Amino acid sequence: MPSTLPDGDPVPASGRLPGSALRGLGERPFGFYVHVPFCVTRCGYCDFNTYTASELGPGASHADYAATAVAEVRRARAVLGDADLPVETVFFGGGTPTLLPAADLVRILGAIDEEFGLAPGAEVTTEANPESVDPAYLAGLRDGGFTRVSFGMQSAREHVLRVLERRHTPGRAAHAVREAREAGFGHVNLDLIYGTPGESDDDWRDSLAAAIEAGPDHVSAYSLIVEDGTRLAARIRRGELPMPDDDVAADRYLIADAMLAEAGFGWYEVSNWATSEAARCRHNLLYWTGGDWWGVGPGAHSHVGGTRWWNVKHPAAYARRLAEGVSPAHAREVLSAEDRTVERLMLELRLAQGFPLAEIERPPVVARALADGLLEVEPFKAGRAVLTLRGRLLADALVRDLT
Amino acid sequence: MRIQPGQTDPAVIRNFCIIAHIDHGKSTLADRMLQITGVVDDRSMRAQYLDRMDIERERGITIKSQAVRLPWKAGETDYVLNMIDTPGHVDFTYEVSRSLQACEGAILLVDAAQGIEAQTLANLYLAMNADLTIIPVLNKIDLPAAQPEKYAAELAHLIGCEPEDVLKVSGKTGEGVRELLDHVVRQVPAPVGDADAAARALIFDSVYDTYRGVVTYVRVMDGHLGKRERIQMMSTGVSHETLEIGVISPEPKIAEKGLGVGEVGYLITGVKDVRQSRVGDTVTSAAQGATEPLGGYEHPKPMVFSGLYPIDGDDYPELREALDKLQLNDAALVYEPETSAALGFGFRCGFLGLLHMEIVRERLEREFNLSLISTAPNVVYRVIMEDGKEVDVTNPSEFPTGKVDKVFEPVTKATVLVPSEFIGAIMELCQNRRGALQGMDYLSEDRVEIRYTMPLGEIIFDFFDQLKSRTRGYASLDYEPHGEQEAELVKVDILLQGEAVDAFSAIVHKDKAYGYGVEMAKKLRELIPRQQFEVPIQAAIGARVIARENIRAIRKDVLAKCYGGDISRKRKLLEKQKEGKKRMKMVGRVEVPQEAFVAALSTESSSEKTKK
Repeated sequence: MPSTLPDGDPVPASGRLPGSALRGLGERPFGFYVHVPFCVTRCGYCDFNTYTASELGPGASHADYAATAVAEVRRARAVLGDADLPVETVFFGGGTPTLLPAADLVRILGAIDEEFGLAPGAEVTTEANPESVDPAYLAGLRDGGFTRVSFGMQSAREHVLRVLERRHTPGRAAHAVREAREAGFGHVNLDLIYGTPGESDDDWRDSLAAAIEAGPDHVSAYSLIVEDGTRLAARIRRGELPMPDDDVAADRYLIADAMLAEAGFGWYEVSNWATSEAARCRHNLLYWTGGDWWGVGPGAHSHVGGTRWWNVKHPAAYARRLAEGVSPAHAREVLSAEDRTVERLMLELRLAQGFPLAEIERPPVVARALADGLLEVEPFKAGRAVLTLRGRLLADALVRDLT
Repeated sequence: MRIQPGQTDPAVIRNFCIIAHIDHGKSTLADRMLQITGVVDDRSMRAQYLDRMDIERERGITIKSQAVRLPWKAGETDYVLNMIDTPGHVDFTYEVSRSLQACEGAILLVDAAQGIEAQTLANLYLAMNADLTIIPVLNKIDLPAAQPEKYAAELAHLIGCEPEDVLKVSGKTGEGVRELLDHVVRQVPAPVGDADAAARALIFDSVYDTYRGVVTYVRVMDGHLGKRERIQMMSTGVSHETLEIGVISPEPKIAEKGLGVGEVGYLITGVKDVRQSRVGDTVTSAAQGATEPLGGYEHPKPMVFSGLYPIDGDDYPELREALDKLQLNDAALVYEPETSAALGFGFRCGFLGLLHMEIVRERLEREFNLSLISTAPNVVYRVIMEDGKEVDVTNPSEFPTGKVDKVFEPVTKATVLVPSEFIGAIMELCQNRRGALQGMDYLSEDRVEIRYTMPLGEIIFDFFDQLKSRTRGYASLDYEPHGEQEAELVKVDILLQGEAVDAFSAIVHKDKAYGYGVEMAKKLRELIPRQQFEVPIQAAIGARVIARENIRAIRKDVLAKCYGGDISRKRKLLEKQKEGKKRMKMVGRVEVPQEAFVAALSTESSSEKTKK
């Protein structure tokens, strides 16, 4: 989650949602995102809303963060009313959620369960840095109801990890996967980054092979994005590192898709592969298919029934608002019908299930995309726009043409 | 009363002009004359008093001439001096020649630190041909870098006088200006004409004024023009009522008694368009008019053409209106609507030359707040087809594709004045531009006049910039039309994905077609962003491809991450990108940004110019 917040409309102090958002509440899947804004160090490429100090003021330090987050969970219940809202998915992201004691994460999850109730078979994920967990910690999470762990592996090559300023050693991520499996986690994801300055095609193949070898059931692979204001951007600007090249990134993507497919991972979103339908990340699918979710934490984004809002960015400001009994929301936008159409296309076209052709208003552009080899032929015949491998790499361009 | 307009004895009139190069101080000298003769007091004086348009003042160019009536007492006699201002640039040779025709004498004004420049020399020759009395004057003698002896010798050599006959003045300090005016009285002949004959007056300038309509500047040759008289323009036969007649001194003064033989002044008839009152035409009275016009009238002939297109297609009506307005004051500007597949709706405009083109463009952008793309300038080609049909081509994309027998291009006589150390550089450049050496003369020990005949098409393609850069700015250039010649010219088309882009077509000599094609294809490869598919860029003569470049297809255009917190940001980015897409011009399926057209159509040197 990039730390720069979008512009939006003001939110009332009560955090009350417009009627349009509450209509149909409970008919759509519902989830929670919990942002934990702490890291031990900030990685050179990272522009997320995260802080390396452990003391950020009352309610915003490691020690009392759980209580603050729980306060927002309680507010969520008040704002959403009495509707029956079983929670299908919970996702702890950051930052580094695992910097907090496992008990703190379990406590926040407990509050969600208390207020809303977890649905049977709910997916509960936390992100983790490989170096920040051990078997005892993982066991604590598992016992507390967590079902899935997502490790930030990024690369198996030391020189690549150095450029990214990651602290773990190349072998640690694979080891962490085994520990998670041993702790009883059925679903484990590894995050990888490609296109880092200095990385070769072979380095990338090595990373993929190491990730596959570790035995996760899910892999996410992202091309490195140079965000403004990061140390990485500064080093590139000064000429110390080369700018990542899009053609190289395209090659790496093809390598990833081929090796993952070979190992039994099927793509289900542009940057996500899983060994089975059950292994797909249900929480992320909820984002992509217009589900409702409440984002807890500083800078966290929420979406309920066509209203998007986002919290104030700084943990101290966030905690103060909650202590004062005021909504921590910073701003929001109520999506127009047109916005919602654009978003649907933008998100669903990235999925392997594709987008219904009948809902696309520009048939000539679709026909041309098919002719250009950006859309699969068989699904097309069945009435769906599904990206080909080449189409996945040009998804944004196609969305621009289609909207 | 002897010197009131309409009653002045021609014997006390002196009509003269000042021939000078830009920056040689003509306007400053004119300012001093206004002060010394007392027509402008010190309090109302402002620099370059006579230059009306902002562009004139900023560029130091006098585009439109005016005539100022100055009283001057020499000895016991009161004289009337009419100072007629002349445009100083190569594009306006015809206008200069008409101004000269209104005079009996010319002050040849040369910067004592720089010596004569090519355009001044060309105008001097015009003045000598018109049989004017030449008064050589060195200006800026107050400058530390002045070399009055050296340049006096140069001027003496040119006009055939003694170096000591060359007057020396400083327009800045006023030194020598009184003596110069006395000299004008003594040396310049009084005008001669038949006061009893039918009226004949030469139009030497015509200016549109928002409040008054067209102001026509005339020199009465014979007879008398009165107030409230019906007059006739002899080239068209159209007659108008004179609403006002007067002199400029330096503000307009109504002449109750009209204007008599030898006098210079203005008239206003209420017409709204300078094309109804053309420079060089003869004005006579409608009742008992003259039968023979004064000689030398020519219809202005555009030599250089360029397409002008609004960057925002919605501005097309504004561009049309702006051109209509400019034409009220510019009889030489011609234009007609044109459609380009690449650039949309615009106008093909004809100009007297490059400076004229630049001035028009600048006025459109500045006074009418338009953003324009202009296509590379071209000349007019006369194409003879095998079946004998003849076509005038003013737009390269309309060059006939059928069986062409012969192509004729306009030729100029070009004169370059340059320090002798640059002779080699000039000859190399001119040879390269298909020039033929006609002769070379030393003006002084280290300054040379080099004469070439050269195709106009070569001169308008960044020749002047090349000339300046190869001579560290020392060379000066003048050129004038010199007929036409047959040449082996071909049309080079630029194709994007197999589709010709009309705005990039050019007519070039066959020996240069390859170079042009390679350069243009390379330039476009840099300027056009990668598309979702490969885009071949080809340069071709007819069906024959002479150069080829490839814009590789873009392979990745997708953001890796799109999670809950990214959605709003990404949707907004998408909206922004779509806005940017609207500014793209489509060539077939290829999206070409406006900036690419602008950059591809401007020569490197002209883009440097805008930077300054």
